[in-house]
Amino acid sequence: MTLIDTGISRRTLIRSALGVGGGMMLGFHIPGVEAAVVAPRPWTVPTDGVEINAWLTIDADGAVTIRVPHTEQGQGALTAVSMMVAEELDVPWESVHAVFADMNRHVNDGREYIVTTTHGSQLVRMQHPHIMRAGASARERLKQAAAEAWGIDRSEVTARQGTLAAGDRSGAYAEFATAAAGVTLDREPEIRAPGQWWLLGTEVARLDVPVKVNGGAHYAIDTRLDGMVYAAVKNCPVPWGHLVGYDAEAAKDRPGVVAVVEFRAEEGRTGPNHLQDAIAVVADSWYRAKTALDLITIEWDFGPEGEVSDETQAAEARRLWEETGEVSHEEGGDTLDVIASSDRVVSAEYHRPYETHARMEPINATVSVTDERVEVWSPTQDQTTALEIVADQLGRDRRDVHVNTVFIGGAFGGDGGGNTAVTRQAAVISEQLGRPAKVIWTREEDISQDKQRPPHYTRLAAALGEDGLPEAFFSRAAWFTYQGASRHGPATADYSIGTMPYRVANRRHERHNVAAHIPTTTHRAPGANQNGFIIEQFVDEMALAGGWDPLEWRIEMTRDLEPWQRVLAKLKEVAGFTTDLPRGEGVGVAVVEDHGSYCGACATVSVSRGGELRIEKIVLVMNSGYIINPLNCAEQMEGAACWELSHALYGGLRLEGGRFTNLNFDSYNLMRIDQMPEVETHFALSEDGWWGGVAEPGGPPTPAAVANAIFFATGKRVRSTPMMEHDLSWS
Amino acid sequence: MAFRLNVNGAAYDVDVEPETPLLWVLRDTIGLTGTKFGCGIAQCGACTVHIDGQAVRSCVTSVDSAVGYEVTTIEGLSEDNSHPVQRAWIEHTAPQCGYCQSGQIMAAVALLMETPNPSDSDIDAAMAGNLCRCGTYQRIRRAIHRAAELSQA
Repeated sequence: MTLIDTGISRRTLIRSALGVGGGMMLGFHIPGVEAAVVAPRPWTVPTDGVEINAWLTIDADGAVTIRVPHTEQGQGALTAVSMMVAEELDVPWESVHAVFADMNRHVNDGREYIVTTTHGSQLVRMQHPHIMRAGASARERLKQAAAEAWGIDRSEVTARQGTLAAGDRSGAYAEFATAAAGVTLDREPEIRAPGQWWLLGTEVARLDVPVKVNGGAHYAIDTRLDGMVYAAVKNCPVPWGHLVGYDAEAAKDRPGVVAVVEFRAEEGRTGPNHLQDAIAVVADSWYRAKTALDLITIEWDFGPEGEVSDETQAAEARRLWEETGEVSHEEGGDTLDVIASSDRVVSAEYHRPYETHARMEPINATVSVTDERVEVWSPTQDQTTALEIVADQLGRDRRDVHVNTVFIGGAFGGDGGGNTAVTRQAAVISEQLGRPAKVIWTREEDISQDKQRPPHYTRLAAALGEDGLPEAFFSRAAWFTYQGASRHGPATADYSIGTMPYRVANRRHERHNVAAHIPTTTHRAPGANQNGFIIEQFVDEMALAGGWDPLEWRIEMTRDLEPWQRVLAKLKEVAGFTTDLPRGEGVGVAVVEDHGSYCGACATVSVSRGGELRIEKIVLVMNSGYIINPLNCAEQMEGAACWELSHALYGGLRLEGGRFTNLNFDSYNLMRIDQMPEVETHFALSEDGWWGGVAEPGGPPTPAAVANAIFFATGKRVRSTPMMEHDLSWS
Repeated sequence: MAFRLNVNGAAYDVDVEPETPLLWVLRDTIGLTGTKFGCGIAQCGACTVHIDGQAVRSCVTSVDSAVGYEVTTIEGLSEDNSHPVQRAWIEHTAPQCGYCQSGQIMAAVALLMETPNPSDSDIDAAMAGNLCRCGTYQRIRRAIHRAAELSQA
């Protein structure tokens, strides 16, 4: 395959140094178009380094190149992995360069990176031991090489900031790199404990920032190859509907049109990334393909799924609310009996609709198939998944499939947009036409065909005791997930409700996991985002009914739980929570565990008499045990808060006739700059041996805090979303 | 149909249908991929470029309407990230995934050309058409204020 000169080489391989908080200088070397993205063997860049292990090379000039096996979605993987390796290797941060590791080598050569998928706020919290060990191992092997050269024991050698030393002898790491590459250690070293860190725990600006201010960052959708064709696709608006027929006459003679391709679902293959019935137009530019596709008339058979709507699902949920569901958690006595015999019952019904990822980079894929080799560019959270998808679709040996890691224009769960039929569509087109093929779904196709966040309907009831605190608590949820058995269904259906920390003597949590035709998957803070809105509002409902201050209720109900107490104490200290405000103003609190972290939110709102909402401020308090980069963590908390405010205030896919009807940003609304308040981030870290994630937990408590604040401002309890569709006026 | 476009100070001859959106000519014909496709209906701002210094949504701007004007894309701001808005964006770590940021930056540059010292409400008015799914708005806001300082320094 020939690679074309993109004519933009001046934007690539930018080296710069910039000042960051604390005066630290950062060097960076992010793979540009020809470095790690289009170059056929990215792991050879830079070429003059010595590979100590799969994770790093050391150049003669001391530059350390760290190969990052994870994907960069803006959440900071390149920086976090590099920091963890550099911490242990003990090299000046400004000598560190980051590149994406090669996934083909990983898959076919012993899975030396152990874990490559990038999801679940788990990179640092779960992978830090083996990533740090890679740096520590390299450091000890450098020390061993120096010890052998100097005829002394390794214990006499120190390795600090790129220099090996013993007594009056010293040398740069680079001098011993080749020898170190051949060293085998008797025993791999332990990693440094938090108290010993010199780099981790400091504020470090992300390495991928500079390349994202000049158009130089390469996303999958930017891939341009010699001889490449472009395809636009019309998928069946009702997922898994059937193609009956089509008339392509008007399209086939349009300028630049190369082919019309018919896709058919394959027998027995109904996974969320398998092919479904669809029509594609292939042309010499994407716009020509898209305008020609618009001229094709297509007849679909939607089947019985064409009758499914928000209304039919709501009716089904209400029917299921009357039936016993699967019990996910139960403790104490007969919860329902206690509630039935109580004269102090609080009950409520909540609903969240379907939501979509709507990553700013529309779902796309580029695949180049030749006899010798298959190349893939995919916006995926796991490149090995993209590799396996393409190998499977083409029936090719996976050793021949090379996935080029590129920046992702947002991921937010669901394995990225690449884990859909789009990747198979590109593979088929490239194979059939013998040319590289790029498929881009329009925004409407992206929203219509993405794997969605499942909707649910939840009923709650509690019986309050003499002290006003709950003595029995019950929930029953109906969730609509793909095929009813998605791995994301049962686990998340009542997450944050079934797993709530509050001590209640009698508890019972039930769920109905209902099969639906709409593909569903994870969506940043799965389960916790939907249910945080519910449980943390219902807590306020219980607290106020029992005569309790909502913040004091939470403190009382988590009295023995250190991580929660730490968050709530900090929230009380910094957030200015009060219920003593005039009508039209309100402050609300909420606290939710997600991905092993505990995050509290306090929202201050004002609501005009006419019902116009203004969120004045959000305060977040995070307890993730430890953090390795407070700046990156704050960015993620701000982003997660905005993410879930988008769905709580706006968002909301509308399901009608089996398909979604609000398919672009004029009708699927998201937070914009004029609606987004300042988010103030605080940390209250336990630092006592456990690690939580940081990329998602800022989301779940935020809308509940806003809704609780709205209640204090207006007297109105908003139990379904989009909240902006509710009348918030008061008098 | 053949057109001559002036993009970032260079002339490009392109042969496309006159109604082709400028976005696709920039990305697919010329190869300047810094300008992004987000929605195709002028609702997200990812495709924002300048035509004679005015911010436009290139996904709904036909190529023939750009002929005879100076088109500036993200690639034309500076050779080395030295534009005050780029410097401010780096200083405040505004981008996360980065996909919307070309459009955000081009909108901010246009705002600052017209309003060198914008208030928060000026920023709201000028930037509300640019979506960011990562939720980097508060850093964008700070970066615009900082860019105003840097521009006047």
